Amino acid sequence: MLNPAFLELKHLHKRYGNREVLRGVDFSIPAGSCYALVGPNGAGKSTTVRAIQGLTPLDGGEIRMDGQALSTLGAAGRARIGVVPQMDNLDPDFTVEENLWTYGRYFRIPKTRIRQRSAELLDFMALSGYARQPISALSGGMQRRLTIARALINAPQLLLLDEPTTGLDPQARHLIWQRLRDLRRQGTTLLLTTHYMDEAERLADQVGIIDQGHILAQDTPRGLIESHIPGEVLELRRLDGSTPDPENWHQQQVALSERVGDTLICYGQNLQQVLAHFVHNPDYRWLQRPASLEDVFLRLTGRNLREDEH
Amino acid sequence: MSWQDAIPNPGALAVVQRNFGVWRKLLLPSMLGNFGDPLLYLLALGYGLGHFVGHMDGMPYITFIASGIVASSVMNTASFEGLYSAFTRMSAQHTYAAMLATPLRVSDILAGEVLWAAIKGLISAIAIIIVASFFGAIQGPWVWLSIPVILLSGLSFGSLALVITAMARSYDFFMYYFTLAVTPMFLFCGVFYPLHSLPAFAQDIAQVLPLTHAVALMRPLLTGQLPRQVPYHLGVLLLYTVIPYLIAWRLLVRRLLR
Repeated sequence: MLNPAFLELKHLHKRYGNREVLRGVDFSIPAGSCYALVGPNGAGKSTTVRAIQGLTPLDGGEIRMDGQALSTLGAAGRARIGVVPQMDNLDPDFTVEENLWTYGRYFRIPKTRIRQRSAELLDFMALSGYARQPISALSGGMQRRLTIARALINAPQLLLLDEPTTGLDPQARHLIWQRLRDLRRQGTTLLLTTHYMDEAERLADQVGIIDQGHILAQDTPRGLIESHIPGEVLELRRLDGSTPDPENWHQQQVALSERVGDTLICYGQNLQQVLAHFVHNPDYRWLQRPASLEDVFLRLTGRNLREDEH
Repeated sequence: MSWQDAIPNPGALAVVQRNFGVWRKLLLPSMLGNFGDPLLYLLALGYGLGHFVGHMDGMPYITFIASGIVASSVMNTASFEGLYSAFTRMSAQHTYAAMLATPLRVSDILAGEVLWAAIKGLISAIAIIIVASFFGAIQGPWVWLSIPVILLSGLSFGSLALVITAMARSYDFFMYYFTLAVTPMFLFCGVFYPLHSLPAFAQDIAQVLPLTHAVALMRPLLTGQLPRQVPYHLGVLLLYTVIPYLIAWRLLVRRLLR
């Protein structure tokens, strides 16, 4: 049985000129769980996060935190939220610990409490040795960890993370994932936007796939995969780049398949027959793998490139 | 967003503290500018030009110009802080975005920035007052009373600068403000010569500019006299604080809360 919803978003609408960026976004996050909002660029992920922070006036809908409308909570609501923004905005003129101290003052947390909490957070984020270093001495992954530490200075009940691991190396991503799972276990409610499907799969209790301003599907990562992709995935390519299986022989064997560029992708429970047909042909390259969230994502949002950044 | 949201909370002081923390790290070059520039002006204009001018408005030229330089330095320092430095924090460093993720509101950030611009104006003014008093160019029992006047002037120049910053798309935009507002005030508001030496229409124009009123209050206080028409001058400076503050708030809300 899930906890009651800590954050509820109801029918969010937002328009910039004629462009509707949110068209009825609806979801809720039970207390102490992690929700991942995944979607292509321009799907409405960041606008949703900004709306929760109260930085985007909505044209319709309501956001409730812990049963209260965020619009009436105002600044008091933000005191209970931590934000890891998409773009790093650490103070370049301050050291690591000064960044935390300064940020804590924005919450009007007493100085002694800030110092104590800063030391704990630097330890939690594996940055203790860097307390007196300038920001410029930190790698991208360390800056990201510091941004997360900073977002925790007020011991938030809700942590918003807008693409927290974009551009980081695998070591840095794994450490951050570990820490986010720790936070979730400690009872923090997490909302994460990402376009890394493995990130959503590893962290989230619930995943919402958003495109063109509304949620296309939401479920547990496993539930989404099971309900949208029947079984496994087989990718077939030809060495010379020409069309694999031009006679569509595979359609006798599998109900669901698609062609993407030089690749034929078959979905199904029993792909052995298809594989057996092509495996001995030296002209073919193949990859058989379990279905992933990325397959669901691409099937639901399509394969067109999204160049629009916001 | 109602007009009540334009009234800042004490959180604005955390914004001032943040800016002060950065300033403290760059204390040496900053102080060099604060002390060095007015020293050069005083020597060049006070002694060099003063040698030919002799007395102006019943006082040695170096005394006349010292108080003028205090007022114009408040304008320059507060304007620079409210333009280039504030724009850097808003646009390049995304400091405002970081602040808005906390309980701070747009009005807290704006009020903190305006107050900080005024404090920087005060710091530069005090540096000049110290330097000029070594030349005997600033004296008298009322020097202390100039501090609230300097702060109020700094608030008005800071608010005006933040209106421009709230509209700016790039640093180039600030050249308009300097050429069309700051430089004319520097030259025509009584810093270098008394207003009554201007033609009547120019005097009328000068009367609507804030620096005129800052000079009218500061010059007597810094040279041992009491200013006249105090409520009038204070009132104009107060209007130049409150109205630009509200305009800047409106523009920043539109810019930052989209």
